[in-house]
Amino acid sequence: MSEVLLELDDIACRYDALLAVDGVSLTLARGEIGCLLGPSGCGKTTVLRAIAGFEPLERGIVSLAGEAIATPSAGLPPDRRGVGMVFQDYALFPHLSAEGNVAFGLRDGSRRERRRAASELLDLVGLGGLGDRYPHELSGGQQQRVALARAIAPRPRLVLLDEPFSNLDVDLRERLGLDVRGLLKAQEIAALFVTHDQHEAFLLGDRIGVMRQGRLLQWDTAFVLYHQPGDRFVADFVGQGRLVPGRISGPGVIDTPLGPIRGHLPGGGAAGCAVDLLLRPDDVLPDPAGPVEGVVAARAFKGAETLYTLRLPDGTEVLCEVPSRLDYAVGARLRIRAEIEHLIAFRH
Amino acid sequence: MRRGTAIARTGTRRPPLAGRILRSAALGLGATVAIPLGVLFSVWATPQTEVWAHLAVTVLPTLARNTLALLAGVAAGTAILGCGLAWLTARCEFPGRRWLDVALMLPLALPAYVLAFVVQGALDASGPLQLALRQAFGPAAPSLEVRGTAWVVVILSLAFYPYVYLLARQAFLGLGRGTLEAARLLGLGPWGTFFRVALPAARPAIVAGLSLALMETLADFGAVSVLGYDTFTTAIYKAWFGLFNLAAAAQLASLLLLVVALALLAERRLRGRARFHETARGAPPPRLALAGALGWLVAGLASTVVAVAFALPVLQLLTWVLATASVELDSRYLDLLWHTLLLGGSAAFVTVSGALIVSLARRQFADLPTRAAVGLSALGYALPGSVLAVGVMMCFAAVDNGLNALWQSAGGQRLGPVLGGSIAALLLAYLVRFLAVAAGPTGSALERLRPSTIEAARSLGTRGGDLARRVYLPLLRPGLLTAALLVLIEVMKEMPATLLLRPFGWDTLAVRVFEFTSEGDWRRAALPAVTLVLAGLPPVAWLARRSALQAHGD
Repeated sequence: MSEVLLELDDIACRYDALLAVDGVSLTLARGEIGCLLGPSGCGKTTVLRAIAGFEPLERGIVSLAGEAIATPSAGLPPDRRGVGMVFQDYALFPHLSAEGNVAFGLRDGSRRERRRAASELLDLVGLGGLGDRYPHELSGGQQQRVALARAIAPRPRLVLLDEPFSNLDVDLRERLGLDVRGLLKAQEIAALFVTHDQHEAFLLGDRIGVMRQGRLLQWDTAFVLYHQPGDRFVADFVGQGRLVPGRISGPGVIDTPLGPIRGHLPGGGAAGCAVDLLLRPDDVLPDPAGPVEGVVAARAFKGAETLYTLRLPDGTEVLCEVPSRLDYAVGARLRIRAEIEHLIAFRH
Repeated sequence: MRRGTAIARTGTRRPPLAGRILRSAALGLGATVAIPLGVLFSVWATPQTEVWAHLAVTVLPTLARNTLALLAGVAAGTAILGCGLAWLTARCEFPGRRWLDVALMLPLALPAYVLAFVVQGALDASGPLQLALRQAFGPAAPSLEVRGTAWVVVILSLAFYPYVYLLARQAFLGLGRGTLEAARLLGLGPWGTFFRVALPAARPAIVAGLSLALMETLADFGAVSVLGYDTFTTAIYKAWFGLFNLAAAAQLASLLLLVVALALLAERRLRGRARFHETARGAPPPRLALAGALGWLVAGLASTVVAVAFALPVLQLLTWVLATASVELDSRYLDLLWHTLLLGGSAAFVTVSGALIVSLARRQFADLPTRAAVGLSALGYALPGSVLAVGVMMCFAAVDNGLNALWQSAGGQRLGPVLGGSIAALLLAYLVRFLAVAAGPTGSALERLRPSTIEAARSLGTRGGDLARRVYLPLLRPGLLTAALLVLIEVMKEMPATLLLRPFGWDTLAVRVFEFTSEGDWRRAALPAVTLVLAGLPPVAWLARRSALQAHGD
């Protein structure tokens, strides 16, 4: 087990009447990249701001490398925390060049040495030679890189990134995201970033937390979140899928509108218990001998595959992803069966 | 538990001392504006019946009649000139339109009292016009006397129409193409469109411009005293320096203040709920082309206004300066300039600091006292300089009396005035009067400073003085410099408060203009006046550039 760098212990933050963050606990190891994922207004940015020292705590403790840096009664001011931050709007200093921005947080050494360090960092983020440019002379992606270089220049133990790619073009996001991840890993700097884009979270985060209404619902790897969601909201929010009603009829068997589905049911459950079963698009297969027939209600062509929304005779909807050479029109009928290894069911 | 105590010492929950100082300073500034006003009305508590009865019989009827005539005349004059010219330059096309568009703003750089004495001097018995008339017609030539309501109204209208022009022009430019085209499709001709659509739509802006022009009219001291026209401001001056009766001056000042308050109320009423003018998006409507003779006629009319309100007076000033420069341009002039700049510079520093405090407090605190202080601090600009001077003087006189009593009770000799008649009184008056002027650019510079910029600097390890020096100051510098420049120029031109409050030896250019013109020595007044016109040009250039940007939809 690697050493714990950041620990949030049951923290809460309040804006007037609203408890924006309500009992969030998590740990992040040295060099690890964590991600808070959730819809807008879920409190994920407030968690970052509380760690940075911009929001007071209502309760709980924030610890960095085993040392408490914030409690409800006291907190280290932001300028003493040694935590870097990349803001959503980058917040570059408009009166300083790219190099001046990066050198802003550097204190040690002569002016020459600081300038050299800043220009090396700019090389590192792929902006070599652009040090003289002012923020308004840089593109959005370049500004983002300057903001990152500026945040990691004082060699913080932890960097916080607030929706770092949300202002960028879609095709730039993935490339820049992987660059940032590679850079943070190479520099062995831990990071926590927030996003509402699950692809970004899966791409970048070693650990991902799903937040909703100020609460952290689950804090796990992408694989576990996808395959073992601990919560109805997480199941719905992460990946695609539909919850279909069912009833446990025996050990590892659930009766559903698609017929009985067998699989490993963690935690078991008494026979007769009503549950909702999560069906991912790849759990539903077209099969001429399948037990049930669905009507194509909607289709979304995705290149290699097509995602169909099928309505079953009892009105239940399921998603089904098939290779796109199998082409069905809206209104077409299609026999299907379900095939799942690990059943994910939530009791009523 | 050692950890807990270790962080407690540097905690963020420590009561923010800097914040409390800031808030107290803002409240103090609010009080600074409020106290001189309150003191003015306090004289009614101990009315000097004798003086008052005298005033009521002798001067009040004239003052009331003159003030009303002036308000009505200047309102009509500036409305016609301002709206008409704004419509022509904003919505029509005629020869020289682009040039006249900007040139019509130039009279803003010419203080009303300068225009007044130039007209007076140019038309007096020894002036060039009368000389020419006498040469042509002999002794039978009609003589001109620049006196009476009509002359004052014409001169003040020519001096103050740019306020209406600027705001109305902006409103007309902002009218959407759709609105005007819809009016035409509904059967209105160009005149109908102007009177039934454009004018009502621009009403809030026009009323705002008119109220600025009327406030300037009420506050004007220099022009009416050059023209020998009695108004409240001249009566205040006479009561103070003629009768040495500060209480009577205060009573007159409080009456003037009442008129100002009524004017402000009327403005609110007239503007109604339509306080902000939405600027239309999309392509501007095409201009109405005034072809042929009509176009040239309009160009001629607009050029005449520029000529009479700016070009000819400046020309006349320059000829006087050329005639007197060899004598006047000496070390005394340089002393005068130096004093004016020193006073303006100190006032700019004090006022911009005050504006920064008020703006910072407004950004940080939303409680009722702070908001009240912020609102009060913006009121000073509506106060006529003479009213303000009386209020400030009375405050300082009260403090002086207290100090004297204290000193004498301690066995000392009577000290006489300590604070009254000191540079502090003058700076305080400037602070109150021009706080709102400085608050404009200061506040908007502060608004452009995003909170995340400050947070980024904090997370990079800066705070306190370091933060102020490396982030706040460089980012606010342009706004603060603009504010300081505006205050400097306003102080240079300010006449009544400076005249009433200046310490001995602290003459400014405006005071020197007053002194020469009250002796009818127009030629010697020309050099300081030209200096003031030159100083007034940069803000006009700035306005012109900004409005050009707006016209291009930027």
